[in-house]
Amino acid sequence: MDIGGTLVKLVYFEPKDITAEEEQEEVENLKSIRRYLTSNTAYGKTGIRDVHLELQDLTLCGRTGNLHFIRFPTHDLPAFLQMGRNKHFSSLHTTLCATGGGAYKFESDFRTMADLQLHKLDELDCLIKGVLYIDSVVSSGPSECYYFENPTDPDRCIQRPYTLENPYPLLLVNIGSGVSILAVYSESNYKRVTGTSLGGGTFLGLCCLLTGCSTFEEALEMASQGESTRVDKLVRDIYGGDYERFGLPGWAVASSFGNMMSKEKRESVSKEDLARATLVTITNNIGSITRMCALNENIERVVFVGNFLRVNTLSMKLLAYAMDYWSKGQLKALFLQHEGYFGAVGALLELLHPS
Amino acid sequence: MAECVRLDSRTSSHTMDKSITLPPDEIFRNLENAKRFAIDIGESLTKLAYYSTVQHKVAKVRSFDHATKEDASDELYEISEQEEVTARLHFIKFENAYIETCLDFIKDHLVNTETKVIKATGGGAHKFRELIERKLGLKVDKEDEMTCLIKGCNFVLRNIPHEAFVYAKHADSEFRFQTTQPDIFPYLLVNIGSGVSIIKVESEDKFERVGGSSIGGGTFWGLGALLTKTKRFDELLQLASKGQHTSVDMLVKDIYGGSHGSLGLTGDLIASSFGKSATADQEFSKEDLAKSLLHMISNDIGQLACLYAKLHKLSRVYFGGFFIRGHPVTMHTITYSINFFTKGEVQALFLRHEGYLGAIGAFLKGAEEDNPNQYSWGENYAGSSGLMSVSPDMNPMQRARSGTFDMLEMDRLERQLVNLPLLRDPSSYIPDTMDLTEDALAREYWLYCFEEALDGVVKRAVASQPDMPEAAERAEKFRQKYRHKLQTLRHQPFAYGSLTVRSLLDTREHCLNEFNFPDPYSKIKQKENDIALKYYQKAVKSLEELSWEERQFALVRGVLAGNVFDWGAKAVSDVLESDPEFGFEEAKRQLEERPWLIDSYDQWLERLKGPPHKCALFFVDNSGVDIILGVIPFVRELLSRGTEVVLASNSGPALNDVTNGELQILTERIAAMDPVIQAGLREDRLTLVQSGSSSPCLDLSRLDKVLAMVVRERQTDLVIIEGMGRAIHTNYYAMLSCESLKMAVIKNSWLADRLGGKLFSVVFKYEVPAGKPTSQHSAAPTPS
Repeated sequence: MDIGGTLVKLVYFEPKDITAEEEQEEVENLKSIRRYLTSNTAYGKTGIRDVHLELQDLTLCGRTGNLHFIRFPTHDLPAFLQMGRNKHFSSLHTTLCATGGGAYKFESDFRTMADLQLHKLDELDCLIKGVLYIDSVVSSGPSECYYFENPTDPDRCIQRPYTLENPYPLLLVNIGSGVSILAVYSESNYKRVTGTSLGGGTFLGLCCLLTGCSTFEEALEMASQGESTRVDKLVRDIYGGDYERFGLPGWAVASSFGNMMSKEKRESVSKEDLARATLVTITNNIGSITRMCALNENIERVVFVGNFLRVNTLSMKLLAYAMDYWSKGQLKALFLQHEGYFGAVGALLELLHPS
Repeated sequence: MAECVRLDSRTSSHTMDKSITLPPDEIFRNLENAKRFAIDIGESLTKLAYYSTVQHKVAKVRSFDHATKEDASDELYEISEQEEVTARLHFIKFENAYIETCLDFIKDHLVNTETKVIKATGGGAHKFRELIERKLGLKVDKEDEMTCLIKGCNFVLRNIPHEAFVYAKHADSEFRFQTTQPDIFPYLLVNIGSGVSIIKVESEDKFERVGGSSIGGGTFWGLGALLTKTKRFDELLQLASKGQHTSVDMLVKDIYGGSHGSLGLTGDLIASSFGKSATADQEFSKEDLAKSLLHMISNDIGQLACLYAKLHKLSRVYFGGFFIRGHPVTMHTITYSINFFTKGEVQALFLRHEGYLGAIGAFLKGAEEDNPNQYSWGENYAGSSGLMSVSPDMNPMQRARSGTFDMLEMDRLERQLVNLPLLRDPSSYIPDTMDLTEDALAREYWLYCFEEALDGVVKRAVASQPDMPEAAERAEKFRQKYRHKLQTLRHQPFAYGSLTVRSLLDTREHCLNEFNFPDPYSKIKQKENDIALKYYQKAVKSLEELSWEERQFALVRGVLAGNVFDWGAKAVSDVLESDPEFGFEEAKRQLEERPWLIDSYDQWLERLKGPPHKCALFFVDNSGVDIILGVIPFVRELLSRGTEVVLASNSGPALNDVTNGELQILTERIAAMDPVIQAGLREDRLTLVQSGSSSPCLDLSRLDKVLAMVVRERQTDLVIIEGMGRAIHTNYYAMLSCESLKMAVIKNSWLADRLGGKLFSVVFKYEVPAGKPTSQHSAAPTPS
């Protein structure tokens, strides 16, 4: 499990090679849990299994099976614990490996409410282990790693698979509620370069305040229909065109939400426009900090992960564009299919191969 | 002239505020001679710049023609007050609402017709172009905003000491002013307007926009207006200063619970800005939202600034733009962010005249043919408003101030000012001994002291112009102005940079000049010089009768006793006023007996037994007994030892300090009586130079370029600084790369108390720089 500020990410390995003998010995509780997790794609009101990410016929620890990816909001953790209690998770005598801040925050709740002992793990260690593992095991289906070809040309911009061989050094940008930027030199050699508090949580938080929406999906849907240039002040709004003295193109945003200084313009924008501007602002800012880190660390490859990018092609294309344009093609933005689950995967690996 | 003029603008159809009252002699000053206009129109404020010439009185001394003036019984020299024209830069800042009124006013008062063009910059220049051209009849010539900004920034950094400061919200004094760096380049300028521009400046003409961000002041304003339904930028800042961001932001401790401490995490760090507002069923207060937004934007800008500073290896980062402009709230959050991200490696620096940079730069662009950068300029304390802004809660004057006019005036100095080449470390040199901005007790005392002395100064000013009936009226205006300055400084000690005794004295001189009292002490100086000259030969003769060792001591005592004669010191001027017979011998008796408060006389005497110095630079103090009976005999002895002497005196008058003009005449007169001095002058072993200053104190980082050249050429190896203003209020801790001697008598009981002494305690501080041992001389006696 990876218990973040907004979402809990859970990965579950379902062995498929269970022998009849094993089947007999298996306690009823375990069967019922397995049945519950694998036969549903939604749990309660908010839990979701990302079926499209499921990895089948995976060999883990000598067992073959399927890896399931499940998420639910952190504020529903009490309901999850209640379910764990009802289904007697604790009777399984297995340790629950957990990472993310919530592993610390909710440790005692796990113990008191569900009688579960947590094995807490560092989130950045887990993140890197998870990324490297998933990239190494995905062989069939869509390539785990991909990039956008022709990022600066919207008409020709297409997603392409990327082989992450010799991945080092790479900059790993994890966009969850907040953002962490890591420079990774090898599996065990990495450092946290910096981070920013302007992340997915900011996007959603601001969208809720500005538009009255309440979910990430809603916010994204609105953003996809809006026009940020009505909200933002562009270079051309100030200079009439490009600011040639400093090589700034007219289409570049000079001031995010800059047009909102004017009362008339505040009254003429739609909620969709505001959602789009929020998305663009947050995304571009992450892009710009990332680019500076890449320059300072002298790294040319950037992998963006985290649940902010889930179903968020808008942001991915923006990031791909920003990396390419401002670095004059020097920087490459890479993305991974399992966006937000790497921390949880890393934690699972720890369970199987305790270090 | 003092009454306010109500401006009338019936002819205008604009909807702007036309009912303001402009006191013309206080705001758009010297318009009659104005030329070269520049204007910077921002989102809400307009900054107007112009160059003018100011005609004011200066005191001149002229030697009488010796051939025709036989009855030398009277005066030594002639004093005249002449009209002199000097150049001044005026910068005025006001709200855009007043533009039209101001343009009308300027048009009405503008006599000069040579000016055809007005340089314009800033986002609003376009919008007001037509209005300016119509009202003033000048052609608007647009200049690039960023270029103007950088030009302006270079100009203030170079010409205004204490321009840059570090902001510390919770420290004893909010503002920590930085000493002027000998080399201002390279630096990073982070301009936070609607967006952010990050500019790397490498030299006067070489700069590059290395980056920027769209999250800036416009984001705070625009997004803030949406979130809080508050329209004005200032109000948003007010809201932010009252809010709690923790209810809106997701902190590390919100994610980690209570265990963040054991993991080495800081729980209060923001993990996700607005992370808690991702909910439809909770209301947030305007204050909290504004605060959260302010943190988000400030942190983001701070982080980017640090990343750019790191990439370009720059440690000096100045912040400007309307987001910063004197707002304590934003200076605080930016400072906090920079400290967090760089762990102290980079300091966030702010500028006192940040709001004027664009206007200054635009003006300089238009004045290139006058080569303004060839000169040194000085902030005129009398004509400048100073830094006003502090937290609104702390200073109720702040709010009342919107709608008023802020001014900066810079005088072109006659000479280019440079560092004394003998400063050990120019970048760490601080002239002032005590920073009254930080020392509240000292501040209180000195402000009181200067207020107390004001009556006396007014009296003396009037007395210095007996033939002018309106002098009393002008002196009264001077009194009001200076008293007002003192009151301002009581509330805002940081208004003109660090508050020091020097700045208080200089402000007084500026105010006196402003009201045409160029030299209130001229007559007194003349009389004193006259009297002292009569005793000169007698004094020299009695010194020559002494043994070598006795004479050395007598010479030092002579300088010290002479230094007691100081009309600038209250304790002494009281004595002098009541007892005109107070003589040199009496002064010697007043002197403290050895051991003095600071006493390195023995080391000095030992040094004198060694080889002579190559060249001594002597910063002199008062006229009269001090210079004639104290300093000159001392100089005479140095000359006799084979040491060349450079006498540095003030370029312009300050209190009763001897000016270069006066000293020229005095030395001529003395040379006529004294072959040693005569030979010294003739053989060019005794030289007179101007310090470049008109202050009773001494800033060794701003000295006449010629002085610096002479010092270098003559391989000066001894610097002598005399008097309380130059050796105690300033330079007491100054470290030089050669031997130095600081001599002063403490003529202020409070200061004496502070230094652990008493009234008339003596400071005799002889210092040899570390690593330069006093010469290993033989014990052979020196011929007397």
